[in-house]
Amino acid sequence: MRPSAAGQALRYALLNLMALAVLLPFAGIVLAALHPSGSRVDGVSVPDRWSWENFGLAWEEGGFGDLMLSSLIVSGGVVPLTVLLATMAGFALSVLGVWGGRVLSLGFVLGLTVPVELLVIALYYNLREVGLTDAYLGVVLAEVALFLPFGVYWMQSHFAGVPRELVESARMDGARDGTVLWRVLLPVSRPAVTTLTVLVFMWSWNQFLLVLVMLQDPSMRTAPTGLGLFVGRYGTDVPLLAAASLIVIAPIVVVYVVFQRSFVEGITRGAVKG
Amino acid sequence: MGDPAVTGARSPGGGRSGPRRNGGGSGRNGGRGWLFLLPAVAVYLAFTVYPAVSTLQFSFLEWDGVAPPAWAGLDNFVRVAAEPMLGRAVLNALVLIVFFTVLPILLGLLMTALLAGGVRRGTAFYRVVFFLPQVLPLVVVGTTWRWMYSDDGMVNQALGAAGLDHLGRAWLGDERFALAALGVVGTWLMSGLCMMLFMSGAQRVDPALHEAAAIDGAGPARRFLSVVLPGLRKEIGIAGVITTIAALASFDLVFVTTNGGPAGATNVPGLLVYRLAFNEGDIGAAGALAVVLTVLVVVFVGGIRLLVREDA
Repeated sequence: MRPSAAGQALRYALLNLMALAVLLPFAGIVLAALHPSGSRVDGVSVPDRWSWENFGLAWEEGGFGDLMLSSLIVSGGVVPLTVLLATMAGFALSVLGVWGGRVLSLGFVLGLTVPVELLVIALYYNLREVGLTDAYLGVVLAEVALFLPFGVYWMQSHFAGVPRELVESARMDGARDGTVLWRVLLPVSRPAVTTLTVLVFMWSWNQFLLVLVMLQDPSMRTAPTGLGLFVGRYGTDVPLLAAASLIVIAPIVVVYVVFQRSFVEGITRGAVKG
Repeated sequence: MGDPAVTGARSPGGGRSGPRRNGGGSGRNGGRGWLFLLPAVAVYLAFTVYPAVSTLQFSFLEWDGVAPPAWAGLDNFVRVAAEPMLGRAVLNALVLIVFFTVLPILLGLLMTALLAGGVRRGTAFYRVVFFLPQVLPLVVVGTTWRWMYSDDGMVNQALGAAGLDHLGRAWLGDERFALAALGVVGTWLMSGLCMMLFMSGAQRVDPALHEAAAIDGAGPARRFLSVVLPGLRKEIGIAGVITTIAALASFDLVFVTTNGGPAGATNVPGLLVYRLAFNEGDIGAAGALAVVLTVLVVVFVGGIRLLVREDA
């Protein structure tokens, strides 16, 4: 069945229409960010002159220097820790095999359905007792726990797909568990680890409710939570808000464009595999 | 993002993993393997399992977070059912499912039906675009749409361009439209994801089946319904699970757009859990609402899985 030329044109017109629907809001805020601060922005409109100063202004007013640093500290802790723990656990569950492994796998998988709302209340009131609220360590560990169900599941199913001959021949050479993981399996697992890394970075960068609750000290807030409160203060200054929004999404958009294959694979395959 | 309730999590080749685990002498490692598992299990227990159980306990207490808590039995759950504000929030979340789940799945299927097999060039570009909403923080999505829905926003601008000025309004400020307006943001968020999931699923369908159906005289619509659609069962289930969780447990989006207003028209459970627990010091009610929300999520996810089961 060879699609006709007219049918083809119609298909692409439809696709482009949908792509436009996705992109229009972004075109809108990019243009809005270039309007003079405080001015009225009527929908999608091209500014009379390009006002680049909004980005500097939003950065200063919103204290984005501190916010971005905070975000980097949290993500910098969450990403390596989640990937490391998930890799080790996935290795143990699918290659080593442990007593109670089946029950544990199920326990982790169940975590995929737990909404953050169920956790934040107790996380806050329990961790307050031990001084882990308003502390990066508390947020980092809470986020690691939040992302582990997916991480363990992802690494476990990845390792299960690696040819067992690879592990067995290393065993014959007398390799111990650690060597099998770090020297034999990890070198062939780069795509899976990369995908997990970018996904966890995205979730950590975007995490809102958990951070809002756990880091109430304004100087410790992350970029998205800072933006959430910035909206409250500057809700009417559209150009400034648009610039602040673009600052917050800049890192994630860059990572997305560079690693788009990993993202798409993670989001679709991660779900479909089950 | 996940695929719970499926113990086949050890796929691919779940069938082979059993023998492998016990074979090759690795079965002896039953104890040593725990060294590798321990850190993950410890963090998971301390920061997910324990808080979840703890919140469940809170839901049976009357507690303001400061004074000693008092036992409240099922009072908090009765309040969730009886207090109009709390019940309304749960209803709102159910309404959001229509916009976050039902519409995107229908739209995704329609697009797949219209496009399947015909799109070969530029797929990388479209993929990047259609997944973009999945990647952005919801706070930014909310900030953007808040402005689009405002008096001088893009939505009214578009209506004006279509000669429908009289329909223009501040959408999120109108009690009748605010929830639907939020829902549309969900449709915008999720449609690309559904479409991409279905398109990749449709590619798996054997072209020979298509041709056989065509030879039998089936038109394009018929072919889609009887050849492609049955093959998408799994993808539809996954899209349903992901989007339903996003609808029921929504927080970020509502927090930055309407914060529940006007007059509670867009309150959702997540928002009230936050407000009750951290602004109003009503931790018992917050806990009960969080538990109800979790039960809803589990029931919906379980129901969807049951519906799309291969052998159903």
